[in-house]
Amino acid sequence: MSDALGLYNYWIAIFLMMVGFYNVIASGNLVKKLIGLSIFQTSVFLLYITMGKVKDGTAPILGDGYDTFSNPLPHVLILTAIVVGIATTAVGLALVIRIQEHFGTIEEDELIAQEDSP
Amino acid sequence: MSAEMAIAVAILLPALGALLVALLGQSPNLRDCAMLSVATATFIVVCTLYPEVASGGRPTLHLLEVLPGLDLAFQIEPLGMLFSLVASGLWILTSLYAIGYMRGHHEENQTRFFAFFAVAISAALAAAFSGNMLTLFFSYEVLTLSTYPLVTHHRTPEALRAGRIYMGILLSTSIGLLLLGVLLTYHVAGTLSFIQGGILAGHATPLMTGILLFLYAYGTGKAALMPIHRWLPNAMVAPTPVSALLHAVAVVKTGVFTIVKVVVYIFGIDHLSSTGFHIYLAYIAGGTIVLSSLVAMQQDNLKARLAYSTISQLSYIVLGAALANAHGILGAGLHIAMHAFGKITLFFCAGAIMVALHKTEISDMRGIGRQMPFTMAAFIIGSLSIIGVPPLGGSWSKWYLALGAADTSHLLLVGVLMLSSLLNIAYLLPIPARAFFSKATSDDGHHGEGIHEAPLFCLIPLCLTALGCVLLFFFTDPIYQLLAPIVQP
Amino acid sequence: MSSHLPIVPIVLPMIAAPLCSLLRRPALIWPLTTGVGWLVFAACAALLMQVVESGPIVYTMANWDAPIGIEYRIDLLNAYILVLVSGIAAVVLLYAPQSAASELPQDRHHLFCAAFLLCLTGLLGITITGDAFNVYVFLEISSLASYALISVSRDPRALKAAYKYLIMGTIGATFILIAVGLMYMMTGTLNMADLAQRVKMVEDTRTILMAFAFLSIGIMLKIALFPMHAWLPNAYSYAPSLVTAFIAATSTKVSLYVFLRFVFTIFGAEYAFDTLGFNDVLLPLALLGIVVASAVAIYQTDLKRLLAYSSVAQIGYIVLGISMGTVTGLTAGLAHMFNHALMKGALFLAVGCIVLRLHSSRLEDMAGLGKRMPITSFAFVLGGLGLIGVPLTAGFISKWYLLLGTLELGWWPVTVLLLISSLLAVAYVWRFVEVAYFQPPPAEASSDEAPLSMQIPLWMLLATTLYFGLQTDVTAGLAQRAALWLLGGGQ
Repeated sequence: MSDALGLYNYWIAIFLMMVGFYNVIASGNLVKKLIGLSIFQTSVFLLYITMGKVKDGTAPILGDGYDTFSNPLPHVLILTAIVVGIATTAVGLALVIRIQEHFGTIEEDELIAQEDSP
Repeated sequence: MSAEMAIAVAILLPALGALLVALLGQSPNLRDCAMLSVATATFIVVCTLYPEVASGGRPTLHLLEVLPGLDLAFQIEPLGMLFSLVASGLWILTSLYAIGYMRGHHEENQTRFFAFFAVAISAALAAAFSGNMLTLFFSYEVLTLSTYPLVTHHRTPEALRAGRIYMGILLSTSIGLLLLGVLLTYHVAGTLSFIQGGILAGHATPLMTGILLFLYAYGTGKAALMPIHRWLPNAMVAPTPVSALLHAVAVVKTGVFTIVKVVVYIFGIDHLSSTGFHIYLAYIAGGTIVLSSLVAMQQDNLKARLAYSTISQLSYIVLGAALANAHGILGAGLHIAMHAFGKITLFFCAGAIMVALHKTEISDMRGIGRQMPFTMAAFIIGSLSIIGVPPLGGSWSKWYLALGAADTSHLLLVGVLMLSSLLNIAYLLPIPARAFFSKATSDDGHHGEGIHEAPLFCLIPLCLTALGCVLLFFFTDPIYQLLAPIVQP
Repeated sequence: MSSHLPIVPIVLPMIAAPLCSLLRRPALIWPLTTGVGWLVFAACAALLMQVVESGPIVYTMANWDAPIGIEYRIDLLNAYILVLVSGIAAVVLLYAPQSAASELPQDRHHLFCAAFLLCLTGLLGITITGDAFNVYVFLEISSLASYALISVSRDPRALKAAYKYLIMGTIGATFILIAVGLMYMMTGTLNMADLAQRVKMVEDTRTILMAFAFLSIGIMLKIALFPMHAWLPNAYSYAPSLVTAFIAATSTKVSLYVFLRFVFTIFGAEYAFDTLGFNDVLLPLALLGIVVASAVAIYQTDLKRLLAYSSVAQIGYIVLGISMGTVTGLTAGLAHMFNHALMKGALFLAVGCIVLRLHSSRLEDMAGLGKRMPITSFAFVLGGLGLIGVPLTAGFISKWYLLLGTLELGWWPVTVLLLISSLLAVAYVWRFVEVAYFQPPPAEASSDEAPLSMQIPLWMLLATTLYFGLQTDVTAGLAQRAALWLLGGGQ
């Protein structure tokens, strides 16, 4: 039991992942969906960051007094992933703006209703 | 010209002819001349191959390897030689006839018609020459696709419906069953080459052989075995030259040719007869013969009656193959040629009546013998050949088929053949009888009493094919000699 | 120069993309984009030759050796995909200017070209790289570019389609990201060759199992395997025709490549198929996809949508081949990847020609098309015959292997199902034939063939499908070699 709780950082990542995922699926508002997607992505960033962290480790600085380092590689990777995430959100929001311009709504059920009765 | 070249030229010439026809579409006279000369040239090229095959040679042409171990290859053996001679020879006559018919009947889109016709002939020749089952399957499918525009030539809703049935049955059987049979054969035997004595012996269990036999028999929808025969009567919406050459000769004969060839070169006669499954196929063929003859009797439309007659005659050939003995195979081979001449004559006559008098129903044909004496005389000769009366070609093939049936000691099959001859008389001869001996009905007296034959372009070919029926009786021996090697152990 | 050849297909379009958005003038950017496309194709072809002759090429980025640096590793499998993707791109680019002029807003051409080039960069990058994280980055580059490409269409419904694709695609990509992270956690490396060795040592841990699960779901979303195909029909139907042609032919194929790469070379066929029984998951999905999507395709009223559903079915064929786990099956899958890309590319190009003239891709507007656009209609029919798998087309070759594979395994019901699905394909292809050739054209319609600059690329692709229907050394032969190599562990 304490093992499971000791890995609280993973629990947080999974909790956020599910919150985000639920939002993507359940929310009918296109912007809220994107917010969910962002939370979902962020949880994965946390997963990466937390796996690279070593207890009592510092940033990898070569020098006296620093002998325990966190693994910098996942942290660097996640910089790239964050950029990708921002790009995705930006493209998504751009699409939502154009959808609003063309259809006058960003609610999914209204969009579907429009499609059914042209 | 080397034999290899000749094979390639024979197959390519009609295809090039199609191109030529398409290019010359603007000037009908030039186009039809080109068509005729291509047809003649093709026949001559095919003829040049005959001496070598007759003396036991097997000219071969390997084109390319389609799949590892599977070539696109051509090899001429006697059966294919015979079939190609018949198809290319009758193509010349049909071209002549088609020119007269299409013009006399004021058909539209003649260029497209002639072009696809030539492609179909090319595919039929490729099928005849094919050196392995894969090549045969390829040609078979090309033939199906290239005849679709011909069947649906008139673009009417009726033609569309017929086209759906045509494609539906032919494609679904060939993809669903024939392809499966081919694959299974390859899986079991590791090859698809046509080899004297078969490739399955020693590889396939009797049960597997039986399954394969039915996959091939029903996969070859073009052989019109009941109950997958419905496409053939439906295909009669096509212009008559199509019905004449393709649905009495090239297409349907490709079907039965496939079955005979598969029996001889894939199964091997001995292997097949040792399994015992061939007799079931023989009875199915026998059933088709009798049933379709009975249906033919009830048809009032002349072309429909001839179509059902074709179904019944095709099953003679399937029956011959299914007997799996020397006489049966010979009879089947001979019948390919004999029936071709007989049936094309009948279709030519049907078309001529349609062009000259615009009649399609048999009940309207009272007294037309006085208006079209030559046509109806040819009709009688064609009918008698189909019935199998000496001195006409059809009598020989029936003779050998009956011998083959007797060899299997299934006397019921002999009975089927005899009964069917009687039925042939019952559905074919009333037509000329009515034409010559009944008085014309009053309402179409506007054609007058004088002779009113179809255009010469139509009349000459049908007289020639009728003559062919007679000649075949006297010159059967070369064909017999040609075919004999394939049944030698 | 030749030692830096592996980097050319990535760098060239990546540099050209911003250039395009700066130049802005259509007269300049189209030749530039097309030129880049063909150069890239030449480079990929050269790479393939080199691989065939002298084995895999390893290129270390900026001379940092793996596992610290990123490594490009080109072997038979990805060289094959590289040529496919760059070849399709090159042909589509020849076709693009005319089609774009009619289907895209005039002031967006430069942005369109930039996005197209970025998409190409991403697709080629995924294929060429030997680094697992790099795959994710390139995957997102290509995906983001393709969302933009789809949404640029004049049809506003494309916006919704692009949005849907964005959501699903991002979820898929993020799943892949999770899987890569979990694998890194257990092995401490991102280099595929190292991963392949180290994963074997820890393969019974639950973490690796989870990595496998996330990865396969993520990739299935990207390849639109039934029932995760929901984004595909809309995206394909509403995108501009040339985008559909490009994406339909390449994007799902590249994702399939990723699937093969991870499953076969990193996890190993033994782990995926024998230990986990993964084929028991793939097989039913593939079969369902084949039958259901083919049946749905028959009832579509829009030609693009019809082809989109057919794509879902065809992906089922490929996955079916992979799920067999035998050399024949895998050969069939790989060959069909290649053949289907060519056929679907050609078919969508033909639809593009039709849309150019009719301004519609609805079947009911195509009455009498056989008279109005005889060449294009004929091209479509030829391509359709390939989809059915009629002999003498490339489609027959892959079906042949697929059927042979099922027979080898004794999977009778699958064989029968495949044959039935071919008949369903006949049904949906024939819908076009009957409308185009049997219904009379509307009275005001005149004969109006598409311009030569669109016909030539279309026929180039068609000619290759016919060529590969007869000459199978390149497709089936290479596919077989690649299949043997993959099943042997892919080292």
